[in-house]
Amino acid sequence: MMAEVVLIEDIEASATRLGIDLSSVDLDSIQLPRGEDFGIKSDDDDDLYQEDPLEFEAGFGNIIVVDNLPVVPPEKFEKLEGVIRKIYSQIGTIREGGIWMPVNPDTQKTLGYCFIEYNTPQENLQQWLTDEKARDQFVIRAGSNTEVFWNDPRQLMPELVHQRQGAAVWGGATTFNRLMRFAHPQVRLIDFSPGEKYLVTFSSHEPSNPRDTHRIVINIFDVRTGKLMRDFKGNVDEFATGGSGGVSGISWPVFRWGGGKEDKYFARMGKNVISVYETETFTLIEKKSMKVENVVDFSWSPTDPILALFVPELGGGNQPARVSLVQIPGKEELRQKNLFSVSDCKMYWQNNGEYLAVKVDRYTKTKKSTYTGFELFRIKERDIPIEVLELDNKNDKIVAFAWEPKGHRFAVIHGDGPRPDISFYSMRTTLNIGRVSKLTTLKAKQANALFWSPAGHYIVLAGLKGFNGQLEFYNVDELETMATGEHFMATDIEWDPTGRYVATAVTSVHEMENGFHIWSFSGKLLYRISRDHFYQFEWRPRPPSLLSAEKEEEIAKNLKKYSKKYEAEDQDVSMQLNEQDRRKRKMLQEQWNEWVTKWKQLHEEERQLRIELRDGVVSDEEEEYEAKEVEVEEVLDVTEEVVAFDLDQE
Amino acid sequence: MRPILMKGHERPLTFLKYNREGDLLFSCAKDHNPTVWFADNGERLGTYRGHNGAVWCCDVSRDSMRLITGSADQSVKLWNVQTGAQLYSFNFDSPARSVDFSVGDKLAVITTDPFMGLPSTIQVKRIARDPNEQSSESVLTIKGPQGRINRAIWGPLNNTIISAGEDAVVRVWDTETGQLLKESDKETGHQKTVTSLSKSADGSHFLTGSLDKSAKLWDARTLTLIKTYVTERPVNACAISPLLDHVVIGGGQEAVHVTTTDRRAGKFEAKFFHKILQEEIGGVKGHFGPINALAFNPDGRRIK
Repeated sequence: MMAEVVLIEDIEASATRLGIDLSSVDLDSIQLPRGEDFGIKSDDDDDLYQEDPLEFEAGFGNIIVVDNLPVVPPEKFEKLEGVIRKIYSQIGTIREGGIWMPVNPDTQKTLGYCFIEYNTPQENLQQWLTDEKARDQFVIRAGSNTEVFWNDPRQLMPELVHQRQGAAVWGGATTFNRLMRFAHPQVRLIDFSPGEKYLVTFSSHEPSNPRDTHRIVINIFDVRTGKLMRDFKGNVDEFATGGSGGVSGISWPVFRWGGGKEDKYFARMGKNVISVYETETFTLIEKKSMKVENVVDFSWSPTDPILALFVPELGGGNQPARVSLVQIPGKEELRQKNLFSVSDCKMYWQNNGEYLAVKVDRYTKTKKSTYTGFELFRIKERDIPIEVLELDNKNDKIVAFAWEPKGHRFAVIHGDGPRPDISFYSMRTTLNIGRVSKLTTLKAKQANALFWSPAGHYIVLAGLKGFNGQLEFYNVDELETMATGEHFMATDIEWDPTGRYVATAVTSVHEMENGFHIWSFSGKLLYRISRDHFYQFEWRPRPPSLLSAEKEEEIAKNLKKYSKKYEAEDQDVSMQLNEQDRRKRKMLQEQWNEWVTKWKQLHEEERQLRIELRDGVVSDEEEEYEAKEVEVEEVLDVTEEVVAFDLDQE
Repeated sequence: MRPILMKGHERPLTFLKYNREGDLLFSCAKDHNPTVWFADNGERLGTYRGHNGAVWCCDVSRDSMRLITGSADQSVKLWNVQTGAQLYSFNFDSPARSVDFSVGDKLAVITTDPFMGLPSTIQVKRIARDPNEQSSESVLTIKGPQGRINRAIWGPLNNTIISAGEDAVVRVWDTETGQLLKESDKETGHQKTVTSLSKSADGSHFLTGSLDKSAKLWDARTLTLIKTYVTERPVNACAISPLLDHVVIGGGQEAVHVTTTDRRAGKFEAKFFHKILQEEIGGVKGHFGPINALAFNPDGRRIK
C-alpha cells in the first residue's frame, strides 16, 4: 500500500504543525484508511507507478463461478459455505479464504452465486476453442485406438493431441481425463441430447423365460452431475413402434429431443400416442400422452418446441393423410395439411427451424406407381403458409434432399438414371420473396448425396457407394463448380464445424483404402492419412457462436481487414515450412552421403578379398557403373519416360 | 521409351533376374518353365525345361554361364544358360523357395519351405566348376526361424547370409558356423511377412518388402534400419535402382480379394520412392493384377 510509505520528515513536519508529540504516539496503533494518503506525498511513488503491472498467476484460471445457489440470510452463510466447500473441494484444494459469496447490501442476503478460488487452475473443457491458430479438432477411431488430432492445414498434416484405447467420456484441454462414469450394465446404445445436458443409455436383456420378449432398460443421466434422472423399463413391444431396424427391434433413438439447445422436452412415439416429457420434472406434460390415431412419424423443430406429426391415410382413402404442427407444451395444433393418395412422407427441417419440407410420395391414378412433391412450410411466418412444389419432371425419383444450414435454399438430387440431376431452389429470391423458385439444375451428375457447408453457401455433391467417391465442390451463391475431386471408395463426408474444411473417409466397410482425406472448402486436397480398420471420423463440435448477427455481418463485410493478419501468418508458416523442408532434405542427404562414404571405404578395403573369391577376376561390377555416372542428366530423362512402361500382364 | 510387353508365361510370374551385363532377363513363373529373354527387345531366347512345379526363384552366375532355379517340385536345378541343358539337380524333401549365388559363384544359398512337418531350412551348397564333380551335399544347414523363409541372400564377402520370411524378422547368420548374428528389432522392423528382399548393386545395403505395407532399407553389414517407405498396399516385390537414388515397390491386394469392379481398388501400380527422402515420386500404371516380381536392369534405365 503506497499510503503507508511516508517520509519521516514529512511526518515530523505535519506533527509539529498539528501540535502532536510524536514520541508519545504509538505509530503501530495508527491505521490509515485504505487508499487515502491525506495528501502526504511519497517520494518513491514514481518507482511504484513505473513498476510493471502485477501479473496474476494464470489469470482467472483457478477461479470458478458457482451459480444457482439458494439466496440465504446471514445466519445461514456458514451452513451454505460448508455445503459448497464439501462439494467443490472434490475438484481440487480450495485456497484459504477462497470462497467469496457476494451479498446484496440492501437485503443482506446472498445473491445466489459465489466465486471459488483454487490453488491450481481448473481445467477448461473448452480450451481448444482458444487455439491461437483457430484450428479445429477431430477424433478418429482406427483399429483399437481412439485418437484426437488438431487439423493443421498449414502444416498439411494433423497434429496428435491424444491417443487412447477403449472408450468412456473424456474431456479437457490436452489431458482428456475421464470426467464422469455412468453406471448402466450391459449398455448397448447411447445418445446425447442436443444441448449435451443429458445422456440416454439403452440396454436390452435376455428374458429368463424364452417365451417372454426381451426386457429393455433406458436410463437418462444428467451429464454434468452423473445423476440418474429417469429410467424407463419395459419389454421390447412397448418401445418397438415406428420404423424398423436398430438393435433388438427398437428404433434408436427411442427418445427424440426437442425445444432447441435447452433440452427442455423429449418425446417418444407409441401406438396411437406421442409421449412428450419435460426435463424440469422428467414427467409427461400435463401428466398424459398426446393421443394421435395411427401416427407413424414425428420430428421436432431443431430450434423451437414444435412437433411435426405424420398420420397416413385411413379407411381406404376416406380419411386423408395429415401432416400437423403441434406447439409444446400447450399441444395446440398450429397448422395442419391434409394430403390425398399418399404412399409415404418424409420430413426435413431447416436447421434454424424456419422451414419444414415434407416430401410426399403420392400414388398415380392407376396406383401402379408414385410421384413426388414437396410441401414447404414457412414456420416463422404468420399463419405458417404452405406451398406446394413439384419438380419439373414429377416422376423423378428423389435421391437426396438437403436444406442449406442457416439459409433459405435447398438442394435436391432427382432422376432415375445412373446420372441424376441436381436442382437448387430458394425460398426467397429477390424477385420472388415469399415464393419458392428454382435457381438452377445441374444435369447428369455422378452424385447421390448432398453435404452443405455448416455455414451455407457451399455444398459438396458426392457420389458415394456406386459412384466410387466422386466429389464436386459447388458454390451456390455463384452457381458454379469450384473444383471436382475424387476420394476413391469414400464412404463418409464430414464438414468441419466452421465450414472451412471437409473430411472424406473410407471406413472399414471396405477392406482397402481405409483412411481419410482433408480438403479445403473449395475442393483443394490438403492431406491424406491412411489407417487400417478405420471406423469413424468426427470433428469436434463447436458451441454456438457468441457473436451477434450484426457483428458477424460486420466481420463478413470487412473480411479483408481481418484476414490480412492471417494471410501474413500463413505466409510466414509456409516460408518456415519450406525452410524446414529444405533443411531436412539436406540433412537426410548428408546422412546418406555419410553412409555411402563408409560403405565405399569398406567396399574398397574388401576389394582384394573379393578378387580372391572370384579367382582373380579384377572387375567389380559397381566400378563400371561409376564410369557411367557422368551421364546422370541424360539418363534421368530416359528414366522418367519409364513411367509409361507397361509391365507384363499376369 | 515404349514399354516392352513380354508374353510367354501361362501362369503368374514369380521372379525376375537380369544378368550382370543387363542384356538378358530371366523370368520365373508358376508354370514350370523359366525363360530367358533379350532384355532390349523382349524377344524370347529360350526356356529351361525340366521342373515339375512352380519355379519360385533364380540366379545367374556372373559370367552368365550358369542359371540356378528353385522350384516347388522340391528341387533346385543348375542349367547351362546357352544350351538350356540341365546340369545338375539338388533334391530336397520340401519345396525350394529361394536361391542366390555367392560372390565368386562357388556357393549357393537355398531356402526350403516348411513342409509335411519339416521345418524351413537355409542350406549352402558348393557349386563345382565341372558339373560332373557336383556334389549334392550341403556345406551348411540352418534351421530355426518359424514359418517360410521367403528369401536368403549372401552378405558382403560371403561372410554372412541374410534371411527374411513369414515371421517378419530379418536375420543375419554366420556362414562359417551357422550362428545367428543379428536380428531386426521387433518394434521398428516389419510387422508382417517379408515377401521380398533385394540387394543394392554393391551389396552394401538391401531392401525388404512386406505385407505390412512398407518397404525398409537396411545396412547389410550391421543390419541397421536406414529407411522406411510407407505405401498403401501390401508389398510383394521391391528393387533398388543401381543408378539413381530410387527404389521401386510393387504389390497390391491379394489375388483372392481382387474385385472385378475397378482396377484402381487393388493398387496395382509400381511405385517409385526417393531412396533418401522416403518420398513417393511416381508410379507405373498398367497392371491388372498384383505385381509379384520386379527387377532393375543393371544399367539402371529399365525395370521389369
